[in-house]
Amino acid sequence: MDMTVLLKRVPDLVEDLEVDDSGKALDEDSVSLKLNEFDDHALEEALLLKEGGGGTVTVIALDGEDVDKMLYTALAKGADRALKVMGGDPDGGNQALAGIFVAALDGHGGDLILTGVQAADDRDGQLAPRVGALLGRPCIEVVTEVNPGDGKVTVHKELAGGVVAEYEVDLPAVLGIQAARQTPRYAPVSRVRQIQESATIDTVTSAATEGAGFTVVAMTPPETGEGAQMLDGVDELVKVLDAKGVI
Amino acid sequence: MAEKSSYKTTAERRRTKDQSFVEKEQAVVEGIDISGQWNRMYEPREIQDYDTTYLDKLTDLPGGESMGWCYQCAQCVPACPVDTAGGDYAPRKIFRRLQNGNDFFNHRDLWLCTTCQNCLRVCPKEVDMIQIIPAARALAVLEGNVPDELQEMFQNVAEYGNPMGQSPRKRARWTRKADAAVRVLPKDPAPVEVLWFVGDYYAYHGRGVDAANAMTRVYNRLGVDFGILGADERSDGDSQRLAGEPGLFEELAEHNIAQFRKYQFDKIVVSGPHAYNAIKNEYPKLGGEFPVEHYTQFLSAQMPKLKPLLTRPFTRKVTFHDPCYLGRHNGEYDAPRALLQAVPGIEFTEMYRCKAQGYCCGGGGGGMWLDGYAALHQTERLSENRVKEAVEVGAEVLAVCCPYEVSRFEDAVKSTDNDGKLEVLDIIEILDRCME
Ligand code: SF4
Ligand code: SF4
Repeated sequence: MDMTVLLKRVPDLVEDLEVDDSGKALDEDSVSLKLNEFDDHALEEALLLKEGGGGTVTVIALDGEDVDKMLYTALAKGADRALKVMGGDPDGGNQALAGIFVAALDGHGGDLILTGVQAADDRDGQLAPRVGALLGRPCIEVVTEVNPGDGKVTVHKELAGGVVAEYEVDLPAVLGIQAARQTPRYAPVSRVRQIQESATIDTVTSAATEGAGFTVVAMTPPETGEGAQMLDGVDELVKVLDAKGVI
Repeated sequence: MAEKSSYKTTAERRRTKDQSFVEKEQAVVEGIDISGQWNRMYEPREIQDYDTTYLDKLTDLPGGESMGWCYQCAQCVPACPVDTAGGDYAPRKIFRRLQNGNDFFNHRDLWLCTTCQNCLRVCPKEVDMIQIIPAARALAVLEGNVPDELQEMFQNVAEYGNPMGQSPRKRARWTRKADAAVRVLPKDPAPVEVLWFVGDYYAYHGRGVDAANAMTRVYNRLGVDFGILGADERSDGDSQRLAGEPGLFEELAEHNIAQFRKYQFDKIVVSGPHAYNAIKNEYPKLGGEFPVEHYTQFLSAQMPKLKPLLTRPFTRKVTFHDPCYLGRHNGEYDAPRALLQAVPGIEFTEMYRCKAQGYCCGGGGGGMWLDGYAALHQTERLSENRVKEAVEVGAEVLAVCCPYEVSRFEDAVKSTDNDGKLEVLDIIEILDRCME
């Protein structure tokens, strides 16, 4: 099974993110970018499928700072080919992004395209379904397990309340991955460095895409609520509840 | 004569099938005739009953050779802190299990060693776990076999340069709370006497920050001209190296070496023994030679200046835990003790297992991030074993000088029900308290 994993970078939440002077975007100085963790799970699931039943894994991402390292890390983990799209706008929204990825893959992308079900900077979680729509392929979201079959895959989709649905999907298809079957693997640095020496990253120029997308009108940090009140024992709790008229 | 049964004992079978023996037709020893069968000897024979695949795999690794030298004398067993803590461990046992065909690379034996070096101290055959363990783990990590807790730490260090997974930009944030000025060299790169390599725990861990603040105050009172790398510092990498990630170690070391080269300083002073070991013994192998001292060495060398400043008495019973990577690995036992002896009012007492025989806290060689794993295979944590010893010798304060140890021992104090009986303090915190 030939697979493609769409990778995207998102602001790292270990930083204290700040809104810039325009009030519509994050202050670039406060942001560092990292691989979207759902995409990391999509990559892991693809690698597990490859290890289980053979095939190839291609990873694709838009160009940007440290993207090469992210792609080399994916190769070190076991991906076969890395593709970097030059000139695409990473902030153009998922509709535009889906168009860029599909054009970069020549409208193909193998038997199965996997990507994260959502991203920290997503406003819609629509990357997988839009790629599916553009390619005219079935798409399943919130996937937690993929098992290969003959010309199809069986997937587990997480529904509300811990219910899991099992679907059989004809290939080619697109999946939005919620979680891989196991924790995404670690790429030992020596292997990443070795890959950096020996492997190449293919590049392709981004097609001009149009997308209605979103326009950010305003961005603000969540309002901080009042500080929590620490209560000293049950008596105090009873007093508070009593004062509020609960008891 | 009764017909011989077709049944043969194992010994007989071996004798007839596999074994050849030698005997001299004529032999007289000290006047006694032992000709023929009386001097019969078996030829040396190889024991081939077990699968030695994994033993060979280990001894074939560069660094893994000495595992094959073990002759089962067992001196290492009582020396091994993991065995003492109920881990059924020590090189002797590991070797025996390897002889029996155990797959070391997929076995708890690979991960329990803290690289404390106490076995090497007693081993007549120089079976060297400090070489064996990192070599074997590096292979296991390449094969994708690494305990989850450790993998998370590797991931954090690879991504952020510290095991906590904190933003590297926040590494100097502790200085905001320091009540004395701290010069951050990337912002103020003029030559400096001491480049203080702060380290992960002093920079990011709550109790480490206490110690970093104490260090800042002590330096300022002593008039030390010092600066830090701030956000440009990364993990020293030594524990990552020993835990099986040599590539990560190299990346971190190259980064830190490049930072050191940017500035003019007389010496590097480190907060922790692991950074000390890395910069002293490992960075030179990558071309980074720098004079380096552990802070206890740096301060004890300034005793004439330091002593008069220690005016406030600290009238507590104190014992000291030797960090493996300052003591056994680098031979420094005196500097921390000299500092403690200089504390006015102190009642100092040694633990039974001290200096070269010091008991390991369990944090070395990656153990810091394998507590959950170790708990599955030992009856207690090494830190708990050690805390009990400190209480037993009547100490009220357990003094340490490794940034890993404060949190380890504080947890162990609680889990052994010694809360309130034993306080864990970094030596620098004690010195700070003695200064007006
Ligand atoms: S002390 Fe050395 S030779 Fe003796 S059992 Fe231990 S490892 Fe083997
Ligand atoms: S180095 Fe320490 S923990 Fe490891 S086997 Fe030797 S004595 Fe035990």
